[in-house]
Amino acid sequence: MNSFTLTQATAIDEALRDKASHDNSAYLGGGTNLIDLMKENVARPTHLTSLHKLPLSQIERAPDGGLRLGALATNAETAYHPEVEKHYPLLSQTILAGATPQLRNMATDGGNLMQRTRCYYFYDLATPCNKREPGTGCSAIGGYNRIHAILGASEQCIATHPSDMCVALAALEAVVQVSGPDGERRIKFEDFHRLPGERPELDNTLQPGELITAVDLPEKGFAKHFTYLKLRDRTSYAFAAVSVAAALELDGNTIREARLALGGVAHKPWRSKEAEALLVGRPATVETFRQAADQVVKGAVGQGSNDFKIELARRAVVRALKQATEMNYELDENAFLNSNP
Amino acid sequence: MNTTPVLQKPLDSSPAAIVPAQAVTLHVNGEDHTLQLAPWTSLLDALREYLDLTGTKKGCDHGQCGACTVLVNGKRINSCLALATVYQGSDIQTIEGLGTEEELNPLQQAFIDHDAFQCGYCTPGQICSAQGLINEGRAKTVDEVRELMSGNLCRCGAYTNILSAVMEVIDRQAVVNNGTLTTIPA
Repeated sequence: MNSFTLTQATAIDEALRDKASHDNSAYLGGGTNLIDLMKENVARPTHLTSLHKLPLSQIERAPDGGLRLGALATNAETAYHPEVEKHYPLLSQTILAGATPQLRNMATDGGNLMQRTRCYYFYDLATPCNKREPGTGCSAIGGYNRIHAILGASEQCIATHPSDMCVALAALEAVVQVSGPDGERRIKFEDFHRLPGERPELDNTLQPGELITAVDLPEKGFAKHFTYLKLRDRTSYAFAAVSVAAALELDGNTIREARLALGGVAHKPWRSKEAEALLVGRPATVETFRQAADQVVKGAVGQGSNDFKIELARRAVVRALKQATEMNYELDENAFLNSNP
Repeated sequence: MNTTPVLQKPLDSSPAAIVPAQAVTLHVNGEDHTLQLAPWTSLLDALREYLDLTGTKKGCDHGQCGACTVLVNGKRINSCLALATVYQGSDIQTIEGLGTEEELNPLQQAFIDHDAFQCGYCTPGQICSAQGLINEGRAKTVDEVRELMSGNLCRCGAYTNILSAVMEVIDRQAVVNNGTLTTIPA
């Protein structure tokens, strides 16, 4: 780790000013990813603006009936929050599918959006990486790429976004609230993360100095029919090979509304609106799900070691939609109650 | 509250200190300790190298193994990924603060009774993590304990006995109270 200075900001405008007044600075949230990247010398800020003291940890009802997650609410606080468990169980389940209790106690909701890829070449300073050092090349293309993208990749970068939580936020159409040098703005979740294109060093559309202050969940939580299916090399504490967040609104056996987002397959949480459109108005049957799954992986490209992900993603979509349809909400509600003394 | 004298130890293994150390008061196991720390000193290094609380172990130093688990305000975290200076004012509890040789924490006794370790290196982290798990009150079944203890690796593979030890304490502390499970404070 290189040496750095650190300021503990106590207000949003103070944090914005502090970061802007230092070259090569970064915001420090829970630190679970940034400190690790700094120990690996992948990230080398010379100044940190710590956000720990900012009053942004509340989780509260928004005026529009949705829920506002303060950017500094921890992943654990969010997953176990009664409102989240009751109205957004997909989000709760998705958060708990990631990391460990220790990490979830530290990691913040804003920080979850900001975490970097776990591409091994990104972490390995001895290898070229366009994301770490633009213009040096991509070692994953033609290299070991078992964990890499099958959708939306570019010739510059085939890294994946590692978050579970963000897959649910994409499906739920969350909105990211940010403050920056030019004031506040709201970013639709689908516009927050980006595809690598020619600028793989940019993970998201935040402008320099901008700070996430909250993540807003719309009122609709799809609490009756949802699932987060995470497929990985071991059943706990591993990143997704492929994950699927599926949320349905059913009228009898007819799909009234559908949300479908995948993790582990692209540079951003991969929401497929085309597949969702195929589901709406159709009967909730395996045949319908297969058509949606085919649509999701249409255009998917394997890189060699990750070819398996295409078929895995296709099958995972079918299974996730099946689980979401068949889930017995009453039973599931009891399960949540039992885990909430 | 006892306040120990300012300790200065040039043991930081980080790059050359061009940033002056700052006074940081950490509240550890019920006592305040004022240390001179660089901004990059992790809570783990502060505990081990400055306070000689070497019960907390450095395993991977990257948040992957859980050997460095401590409790902050009752919640388990990886102290290797925590900058000490940020935790000024927090209530930090390490394995040294969980029990004494004369009066073991129930988890410590259960780990002994169940032979829940071989080399013992991961044990302080396992026990602090298990205490955090009990504080959270989310795990009651074997499967839930397995999942919610997954942040602590044991390279000796003592998981079976670790699970038995943790389950024994959970079962003993859980009582039926108005139809819901609650935990008796230690």
